[in-house]
Amino acid sequence: MLEITNLHATVADKPILNGVSLHVPAGEVHAIMGPNGSGKSTLAYVLAGRPGYEVSDGSATFDGKDLLEMAPHERAADGLFLGFQYPVEIPGVSYLQFLRESLNSQRRSRGEAELSGAEFIKLAREQAKLLGMDAEMLKRPVNVGFSGGEKKRAEMVQMGILAPKFALLDETDSGLDIDALKAVGEGINRIMRAPDKGVLLITHYERLLEYVRPDQVHVLQAGRITRSGDIELARELENTGYVEAVA
Amino acid sequence: MTAPFPTRKQEEWRYADLDALRPVWEQLAEPRTLTIGAGESFEDVWQPTADDVHVRRLQIALEAGARARLFVLNTAPVYGRIELAVSLAEGADFELYGANIGTGLSTNEIVTTVKHIGIGGRSRQTIRSVLNGKATGTYLGRVEVAHGAQQTDAEQSVKAMLLGRGATANCKPELEIFADDVKCAHGATVGELDAMQLFYAESRGLDPVSARALLLEGFVMGLWDTVENAAQHDLIATAAKDALRRVV
Repeated sequence: MLEITNLHATVADKPILNGVSLHVPAGEVHAIMGPNGSGKSTLAYVLAGRPGYEVSDGSATFDGKDLLEMAPHERAADGLFLGFQYPVEIPGVSYLQFLRESLNSQRRSRGEAELSGAEFIKLAREQAKLLGMDAEMLKRPVNVGFSGGEKKRAEMVQMGILAPKFALLDETDSGLDIDALKAVGEGINRIMRAPDKGVLLITHYERLLEYVRPDQVHVLQAGRITRSGDIELARELENTGYVEAVA
Repeated sequence: MTAPFPTRKQEEWRYADLDALRPVWEQLAEPRTLTIGAGESFEDVWQPTADDVHVRRLQIALEAGARARLFVLNTAPVYGRIELAVSLAEGADFELYGANIGTGLSTNEIVTTVKHIGIGGRSRQTIRSVLNGKATGTYLGRVEVAHGAQQTDAEQSVKAMLLGRGATANCKPELEIFADDVKCAHGATVGELDAMQLFYAESRGLDPVSARALLLEGFVMGLWDTVENAAQHDLIATAAKDALRRVV
């Protein structure tokens, strides 16, 4: 489903990814762990197409299509979703308007019918409820005045509404209390655990993985995958830290 | 119109498109004058017209405890000017919400003089400009607090968004205060669309033009939130959205 081969990328001419290779088949959840500055967020941004993140070598394909040739909104319409580590505030634009326009833009480019206002609000309410978020918050400007935990929950509500095929989740668990962590974990399982879907979960901590149960865990260090294993690897890292685990 | 034709040496005409103004100057009506009686309220919404040159001028005298709220959209294809002179007696309240939206070679300006004469007056001016091409958008806002107009509370919030390298924003809030117990705040910013906000919107599926339009709506549309007349609200909101789509 997602096939990354020897990916090299630079940010402001500084090499950050130095040959990442990774294959996430449909139906699987893979986790990427790694110390600060190892390139985890850069990998997520490169895959989502953030301007300024330059690919200098290698490839990334999504369902066989060259991901790196596509604009960010085209990647989204093809089913890629990036859960942001720091969700962005957009003053003056309500969540309902933002997500309705986003979803309908995706649907248009896939040749699907747009959702009416009423259909969309019903969908948004359902998804907010499932994530334990007050649907009234969707009337507020995007992320403005939201706490850190609320922003992360809102990212999951967005994922539920947009129903992507593949989710890149960049530290969706950071800054969450235990209840929110559980809600987010359950959200990932409910929305993304399916034979035709996939997840790449970037995290610092093993705790979320106890809820989500990844099929594989990879360690990213200095822009390369240095180890791969199952959830036991994550538990080991939690106990020993990155330096010892990889040495 | 008998007044002498203005020159750029006059501060209030400094950024005006005088070439566009000249042919219409003679036909230009004197500024309208309006008095809002003590304790009364007034609301008006100024929609744009299709005229290339559109000059609107109004003098408002607010008597004690009177309230006026004005919503203006300035988006003339060549030259738009909105000129307001407002005086506030004791406890009067004035709110202005205005937008300059322009592209091409257009010049749109909002020029205000707000005089606090009585004590305890309150004024709020919120101006947003969105400019592309080689357009100019200007706000010249002078607030005068007369001797003895204590407990005046005046605010000016002026923000401009430049979408093109050739666009120009002039923001000049100005204060002249002759009382010592007053609250006068002003802020002016000129910026560009935020790259991270754009990427966030695009990552959700909005194409670049729609993402820009949405962010600009967020920047401007809050101006009309408090229009009480629903029909007028919808008209100005629609006109502003259309104008933003033209400049994006």
